[in-house]
Order: sequence, then structure tokens, then C-alpha cells
Amino acid sequence: MTDILKRLADEHALIVAFAAVGGVMWLSYAVSKYLTFGRIHGSAIAIILGLVLAYAGGIATGGKNGLADIPMFAGLGIMGGAMIRDFAIVATAFEVDVNEAKKAGLLGAIALTLGTILPFIVGTSVARAFGYSDAVSMTTIGAGAITYIVGPVTGSALGASSPVMALSIATGVFKAVLVMTGTPFVARSIGLDNPRSAMAFGGLMGTVSGVTGGLAATDPRLVPYGALTATFHTGLGCLVAPSILFFIVRAIMGS
Amino acid sequence: MTIFGVALLAICTLAGALLGDVLGVALGAKTNVGGVGIAMLLLIAARAWLMQRGKLNHGFKLGIEFWAALYIPIVVAMASIQNVVAAVRGGPVVLLAGGGGVLVSLAATALLSRWSRPRDAVPASAEEAHAARVLSGAAE
Repeated sequence: MTDILKRLADEHALIVAFAAVGGVMWLSYAVSKYLTFGRIHGSAIAIILGLVLAYAGGIATGGKNGLADIPMFAGLGIMGGAMIRDFAIVATAFEVDVNEAKKAGLLGAIALTLGTILPFIVGTSVARAFGYSDAVSMTTIGAGAITYIVGPVTGSALGASSPVMALSIATGVFKAVLVMTGTPFVARSIGLDNPRSAMAFGGLMGTVSGVTGGLAATDPRLVPYGALTATFHTGLGCLVAPSILFFIVRAIMGS
Repeated sequence: MTIFGVALLAICTLAGALLGDVLGVALGAKTNVGGVGIAMLLLIAARAWLMQRGKLNHGFKLGIEFWAALYIPIVVAMASIQNVVAAVRGGPVVLLAGGGGVLVSLAATALLSRWSRPRDAVPASAEEAHAARVLSGAAE
């Protein structure tokens, strides 16, 4: 029986991965709804759960590829590998309407620029302080502080190591969770009560799940404005982090 | 046809990756320079072009939106195959880099919203109000 099951999983590696991730998503959305009352978005919980499973897989096998080192879950390596991941990320750009983008205007552009550069500087500085002195690792962790997508996209473009990639993803997810839960508490003091400041907020924070979650808990009418600028954040980050920002870090670090 | 959408997405992704690699060689970086970002720009341009010509039909959209909808699950799969054990040994980088990033962005939001005082109150059109309800999960 175990032989049959083993062969089944081997022959259907990617299909097993779809089913497994589906299960993780279902569990995460249930936790989001019933344990956090929607305060933390299901997607963030799912990614955290993914990282926890990777940790468990690493402990169980002593390998470097998280859950994918368990033969039954080898398909996760295909589903979450760079090829399929980049394909899906590019697809999200299809939701962007150029005419909508023009509405964000100068304010949106400034917010997006600052929202990319400021967290990147913080991220690279923290990485440096913790002993990551090569430009690739510093850039990857800095990119993770932009969003949890920009981090791994940048990391695989530059050839960063897996532990650095994991740090980068976790940094981005932590940021998203902070934005989701913290926004209602700071909304008043940062003037988050009108469409323009919501657009600035979306561009600066970037993480779409964080921004929409946070704004929904603050004032649902502001959500579309924040989402409008936030959707551009990941695309911009994927464009500049593995290029301009990397070259700047490399020039400073000299390696 | 649905496959046209998938094929367009594939062509944009490949073209972006190619341009990113070429740019990397040209700049002596031995890496892919912004390939995913370039691919996204190509797809946005392709969408605008197709919209203009009225060729953006349901099947076409379906081929691309299916992949866009799978993006979070794919990111979850990606998270589950990282070397988290080694990353945990890296210590509090995550908390400091993530937390610090949020703090500077919050400060910048405060500055920007002060700089641009509202010209109008929330002008919630029916459509925007509906979008807000959908996004916040109040409407199904």
C-alpha cells in the first residue's frame, strides 16, 4: 500500500503540490476568519504557514529545500520554483489599467519612489549590521523590505542563497502583517482620512494585502485609492531592485 | 481563445527575461536585470493595445487571470521550499528590517499627506463604494 501511494505521489508530484497548497490556503483563510476575525489577511497567514512548513521540513530532513526535501512534496519545488512564480507574478500586471494609473498622478509617483527606496535602505542597512556584507545578500534582504514578492524575485535574479531568500520573504511578510494590523491605530496621527493620503499610503507601504487590509479596517471607502497605488509597487520594485538599486549597493560595497 | 492569453503571458515573460539577461550582460552584472519588471510593463502595454483594438475577449482574459489568481498559492509554495532553518539562525534581521521599513514609510505618509491637503472630501461614486465593499469583504 505504501508503495502504491509513494508511486502515486512520485508520478503526480505537481498535482500533489496543488492539493497540499490548496489545503494550506483553506486552513489559513479559516484561521483568518475565525481566529483573527479578518484582521490578518488569509494570504499572509498562508505564507507564514508556508515558512513554518519549510522550517519543519528542514528540521525533519536536514536538507536545504524546506518541505520539498520530503519526497512526497517534491512537487512544491516545481510549483514554487522561479519559473512558475515569475509567470504568475507577471500575470498580476494584467489587472493594471493605464488610465487608472494616471489618476494617482504626481503624488502617487512620489509615494511609490519613496516607498521603494526608504524600506530598501533600512533593509540593506540592517542586513549589513548583521554581517551580510556582499551586495547580492544585502540587496535581496533590502528588496524583501519593499515587499515579499520583490525580495525573492530579486534574490533569484541575482543568485542569492536560500537562507537569504527566506529572510527576505519573511521580512516582507512581517511588513505586510504590521501594515494590516497597525494601520487603524496610526491612521489619525498620519492624516489617513482622505483619498489623497490613502493613495500616498498605498504607494509608500506597497504590500497590496497589507494596504487593503489595513485601510479596510480604518475606513473601507479609502481601500480603492490605496490599492490603486499599491498595485504598482511590486512591479516597480521588481524593475529597480535587481537593477539600479543592486548596482548602487554593489558600487558602495565594492563587490 | 484561452491559450492565446496564456501564450501572450508566456511571450511577455520570455521577452522580459531575455531583455533582463541581455541588460545584465551589457552592464557586466552576470544577473537578470529587472526581467520580471520589464515583462510586467510589456504585459500592461499589450493589454492597452488589445483594449484599443477591441480584441480583449473573455477567453483571452481567462488565460492570464487564471495565473494571476494563483499568485498567492504559488508564493505559499515558494515559501515552503526555502531554507528557513538557516534563516532562523540569522536572528532578528526580519523584525528589524520589516519593522524599520514600516516605520520610515509611515513617517513619509504623514509628511506626504500634510504636503497635499485634501482638495475634496471622499467622493465615493457608486462604483468606488462598491469596490470598497468588495475589497473589504462586506459584499460578496
